[in-house]
Amino acid sequence: MTITSTTVALDTVVEAGDGALVTVPSGGRLRIVDLHGNQAVDTLFYDAHDLENRYSAFDTIREQRAVFLTTGSRLVSTRLDELAVITDDTCGRHDTVGGACSQESNVIRYGEFTRHQHACRQTFLRYGAKAGIGQRQLTHNVNFFMNVPVTSTGGLTFEDGLSAPGKYVEITASRDLFVLISNCPQVNNPCNGWDPTPIQLLGRW
Amino acid sequence: MTPASTPASSPAPAHTHEIPGSAAWSAPVRAGRTLTLTALADGANATVLIIGADRLDRLNIPDTLKSQMSARIKPGMVLMSDRGLALATVMTSSLDWHDCLTGALPDQLLLLELAKHGFGEADLHACINFFSKVSVADDPRASLTYIPDHANAGDTVTLRADQDLLIFVSTAPHALSDGPAASIALQLETPDPAEDPAPDPELCEEAIRALRLTRELIA
Repeated sequence: MTITSTTVALDTVVEAGDGALVTVPSGGRLRIVDLHGNQAVDTLFYDAHDLENRYSAFDTIREQRAVFLTTGSRLVSTRLDELAVITDDTCGRHDTVGGACSQESNVIRYGEFTRHQHACRQTFLRYGAKAGIGQRQLTHNVNFFMNVPVTSTGGLTFEDGLSAPGKYVEITASRDLFVLISNCPQVNNPCNGWDPTPIQLLGRW
Repeated sequence: MTPASTPASSPAPAHTHEIPGSAAWSAPVRAGRTLTLTALADGANATVLIIGADRLDRLNIPDTLKSQMSARIKPGMVLMSDRGLALATVMTSSLDWHDCLTGALPDQLLLLELAKHGFGEADLHACINFFSKVSVADDPRASLTYIPDHANAGDTVTLRADQDLLIFVSTAPHALSDGPAASIALQLETPDPAEDPAPDPELCEEAIRALRLTRELIA
């Protein structure tokens, strides 16, 4: 049964570099607020009753015939089941091509000195474990508020964000979901404006 | 008899195979071997998944793209894993754009092939659609358009395994194509140990780092 209550069921701040595992019931709305602006929020979606029915970035891109996510984007699984829909967005567009940072990919991109810096995959593994989400269950995520221009010549870059303090995105769950969040700790590129900051999670269901 | 002609130093025999349209194939590909795919008809598509030597570390398209600042797969790119290692290098190709942004329709082809090796739905990471192109518009949402017949019969791509791999290939038509399925020829070859190995193609600094780490750690 779809829930239409507007009761605030969740209101929490996720500190810079920290994460969260949120269970959102079907029909529930989860708002992610970029409190200080230009903060990438790496997010994964799983059917709460079947972890293998999980978000698929590139199936989502294909089904909407467009690279960037915004209001109206249907977030689909590898089975093409609709997991959630973006129902509100004051930022304008979000990335789902760039994936998450990891200690290992940081080494490739920035050098050995980054091997022990905190990274999104550490957060995904830490918070995902509570739901049985391990390395094999991780997949390519959404990067809310992150700006990764993809060009007609086949280029891709990470650029300063389009977001600003107080901008938010809201998703409505199409089924019971686990939403796994890493508030990105990356300091080696402009995805967090070089300075990771807290976000707010606001759930209504 | 010169050492180069003794059986011990002869290269392993090549393996050739033709995958009909809308079929799937998989095989282990040892480090150092090359896999050449050839389109046998216009508009061919070869959807490829790769799993690394430890059977957990998979092809990671986002990491491959962002490390090499590209939204397509082209010659001179290293295909990177979840754990920052080089899986394979795109040595040569007659095409400079292979789609990696639009995935594949859920069908039994890749799933059954994965299951033969003990893998399943959880391993459906992002794939490469070799021989296919989906163009990106410079509009606010980066809209996508499938380009029919990007590949012609005879187009090729050659990958070099940079560690022991499992490679999965589906010849289902691209998910956005309304054309017929096409066959793909494949050739697996081992370099002749009597000859110098083929040099790396021109690579960016990040790709060189991934190859170096892989050779130091596992290859």
